[in-house]
Amino acid sequence: MAERKPIKGITKERVEQLIEETLAVLPEKAKKKREPHLGANEPEASTCAVKSNKKVVPGVMSQRGCAYAGAKGVVWGPIRDVIHVSHGPVGCGVYSWGTRRNLMQGIPGVTSFPIDFTSDFQERDIVYGGDIKLEKLLREADGLFPLNKGLSVLSECPVGLIGDDINSVAKKMSKELDKFVIPCNCEGFRGVSQSLGHHISNDSIRDHVIGKREFKEEAGPYDIALIGDYNIGGDVWAAIPILEEIGLNVKATWTGDGEIEKIAATNTVKLNLIHCYRSMNYMCKVMEEKWGIPWIEYNFFGPTKIEESLRAIAERFDAKIKKNVEKVIKKYKPKMQAVLDEYRPRLEGKTAMLFVGGLRPRHTVGAYEDLGIKITGTGYEFAHQDDYDRTSPEMAKGTLIYDDVSEFELEKFVEELKPDMVGSGIKEKYVFQKAGVPFRQMHSWDYSGPYHGYDGFEIFARDIDMAINSPTWDLVKAPF
Amino acid sequence: MQTTDVICASVVTIKEFIAMSEAAVKPLTEHSPEEIEKVQNWINTEEYKEQNFAREALVINPAHACQPLGAQMVAHGFEGALPFVHGSQGCASYFRSTFSRHFREPASATSDAMTEDGAVFGGQNNLFEGLENAYTVYKPKMIPVYTTCMPEVIGDDLNAYIKNAKQKDLIPEDLPTPYANTPSFKGSHIHGYDSMLLAILKDLTVGQKVEGKCTGKLNLIPGFDGNTGNLREYKKYLEAMDIPYTMLADITDVFDSVCDGTYRMYAGGTKLEDAADTINGKATISLMKHCSPHTMKWIDSEYSGSKDILPLPMGIRKTDDFLMKLSELFDKPIPAALKAERGRAVDAMTDAHQYIHGKKFAIAGDPDYLLGIVSFLLEMGAVPYHILCSRSTKKFQKELQALLDTSPLYGSQGKIYINKDLWHMRSLCMTDPVDGIIGDTHCKWVARDAKIPHFRIGFPIMDRVNIHRTPVIGYQGAINFLTVIVNKFLDTVDETCEDQWFEMMR
Repeated sequence: MAERKPIKGITKERVEQLIEETLAVLPEKAKKKREPHLGANEPEASTCAVKSNKKVVPGVMSQRGCAYAGAKGVVWGPIRDVIHVSHGPVGCGVYSWGTRRNLMQGIPGVTSFPIDFTSDFQERDIVYGGDIKLEKLLREADGLFPLNKGLSVLSECPVGLIGDDINSVAKKMSKELDKFVIPCNCEGFRGVSQSLGHHISNDSIRDHVIGKREFKEEAGPYDIALIGDYNIGGDVWAAIPILEEIGLNVKATWTGDGEIEKIAATNTVKLNLIHCYRSMNYMCKVMEEKWGIPWIEYNFFGPTKIEESLRAIAERFDAKIKKNVEKVIKKYKPKMQAVLDEYRPRLEGKTAMLFVGGLRPRHTVGAYEDLGIKITGTGYEFAHQDDYDRTSPEMAKGTLIYDDVSEFELEKFVEELKPDMVGSGIKEKYVFQKAGVPFRQMHSWDYSGPYHGYDGFEIFARDIDMAINSPTWDLVKAPF
Repeated sequence: MQTTDVICASVVTIKEFIAMSEAAVKPLTEHSPEEIEKVQNWINTEEYKEQNFAREALVINPAHACQPLGAQMVAHGFEGALPFVHGSQGCASYFRSTFSRHFREPASATSDAMTEDGAVFGGQNNLFEGLENAYTVYKPKMIPVYTTCMPEVIGDDLNAYIKNAKQKDLIPEDLPTPYANTPSFKGSHIHGYDSMLLAILKDLTVGQKVEGKCTGKLNLIPGFDGNTGNLREYKKYLEAMDIPYTMLADITDVFDSVCDGTYRMYAGGTKLEDAADTINGKATISLMKHCSPHTMKWIDSEYSGSKDILPLPMGIRKTDDFLMKLSELFDKPIPAALKAERGRAVDAMTDAHQYIHGKKFAIAGDPDYLLGIVSFLLEMGAVPYHILCSRSTKKFQKELQALLDTSPLYGSQGKIYINKDLWHMRSLCMTDPVDGIIGDTHCKWVARDAKIPHFRIGFPIMDRVNIHRTPVIGYQGAINFLTVIVNKFLDTVDETCEDQWFEMMR
């Protein structure tokens, strides 16, 4: 991949100076902690110099969530036919109920469960422990929702602190109900961000789910699984048709609109396609080690990356798939060209800054570039070194890279680099909109979507154009 | 003996092994359409309702949140205050997201990000670092601290920790740092509201009481209200009556702030010196009894002036009571303009009564809101039918029952459910149908299943715009709420009737 051209006005010197000025307000100790997490991009370096996956610096207003959020919101929550129990006090389940947009098929309350199940811990549960209550509520849940295919138990902070043993309750109840009952020790205080919640959830899939079911039909040469697509705004539903069109058989989706038994039987597929590397690479590696299933990262944001990815996927299969891929690419060219013709003239030369989680700070870069928009800064809430190493080559030299950026840092960066748009989360959104900076929520697609695949790009392009070119921005300054 | 043990152990292992390998690979299963249809019908039945109401351990779709959320709302409501969560950072992110989704506004709050070592050694070091950084970077005038489950379970001593932070000069000695213990495993967001408000007032009023001094002002406690339009409406009344006031935990300009090209982290809020002086006020009124029991008890013993707890002024009579109380306390007449507003509201209600009279409603929400909504519906001749509060007390139930009893014709049909959740509500609405459901966004699932309109009121509302800007209290609020309900009923008639019943007029 060719290195990107430098962006006018964005240089290493300027960016480093900006970082220095920004951090100057911090006390010495905090400054020392934050410094390694901010830097100017060096695409040619073998590893990204920006440090990551360290504890939040207290008090600076990080945007991070917790391990429970990573488990409930990200990995487990989207599995549609499982009852996900938020085990602990009432709040966590309420705040994470329906707030990620991981859409699912099924009949709610019958075959799918976009519902907040909680043990609603009271003081007596803290004092006496919640294991007996858990056992009882799992029975009640199974009785009231008999078509569930399993139950997950997602621990909140107090559960780990009071020493409850959800694992043995789960084991007992799994036997009694003859269903998956999966314990997940994802207490919010574990680890430094959502990321450990992903890892713990992956481990619980490894220990309690994978390999426990088998597909009735014979395994075929084109069987694949879609890993790390959470169906935000219907992303999975935009991605599957493309894969089917090129001749692949999508046997399971992890975990957007997911079904637990299909997930459990994934160990017979020929290839795992992983979109969000951060949250699901663990299970790809497990399946590779245990069953020899290779995996490949792909990117379905924007036509350039879709084409690149489809060709890379085709490389793993025979001539038939390769031929199909070229056919599909050719088929969608005119549709994509029409999108570009419509929006690119209005967006060419604009700049944007991103701060999201998972895969988006690097994976969406190509889609913006397809529209003629340059990314001047990007960063992750909860990434690790391997994410940043994958990010560096996608960004122009000297652009600003920020890890776990705090509110005042991002505010200052945006103030200085003046992007035409910021793509980040709900907590950041209104800060920038008040300042008159166009913004899109890029965790939830701002209640729009899908953004994956060819269909998704059309919507993405419309949304970005709408954000940047809305006439409402012209009204922000009063004429008097 | 030894041999037997070995044999037993190996037998168990083999058994376990067989069990594991049995569990190991099963074919995929599929529910038949008949099975699905059966369950789909079953969950709407009386029999299911009974099983649903027999639940003892499981809570499904609760209509309340946890204490620190309420504490954070109070903390946002003071000028220059930076809400500070002592505990997990994830909690702070959840609270901030919840407020931002509802108000479509920034909700700046920070946390000291306790992790595993905090769980072992306590959170003092996190608090030290957090307070120092937050103060240095964001320069707040006050840092209200409140807790999540984690420090509550391990028993952190906030009082000592904060004192120590000041002794170590990490934050200035004179920086107000009120703190509230807000364990999530007790009460709900409204109790956190009470605790934080009490803590802030206790802190700010230290040494402020002056014998014989009277500010001449009203101290108004609006309670946990996600409707900034309501708060503006209170101010409108007070200004119309020329009554000087201090609204406590005033989120009006915090969560309904302007977009003019400048982001102000500390927009609006009760001025700290005004809050400090409330102890010398002429009168204190709380408009949400259930959001302020401890605060009002303390105010009763410490503040000068009169103290009153009034119901949320929803509907005509409760608004009348509010205005008459203000008139009495401040010896000011109720201006003609407000009387005319009352007249217009009553006009709107009499004009529209035929579309709502006798209609049955399911209602879910916080206690004070429920009392207000029920009161308004009774005035309209509507029937509050299934009334549900997912966290409250028998005492509240009695209070609400007394309100229903004031209206033998419309109130007698209502039934109150406390400590029940929205999945119970679903069963109620499926087995004993109503014409509409009133409550926050979470009620939309019941509305969809029961095929009834959903009238959004309360907190949070995350799926419609600007509802928080439209008052539902006072005379104007009565007009607003009534208009939404009645026009929705009329829309439904127009959208669903057969051609021969489609008419020009309604």
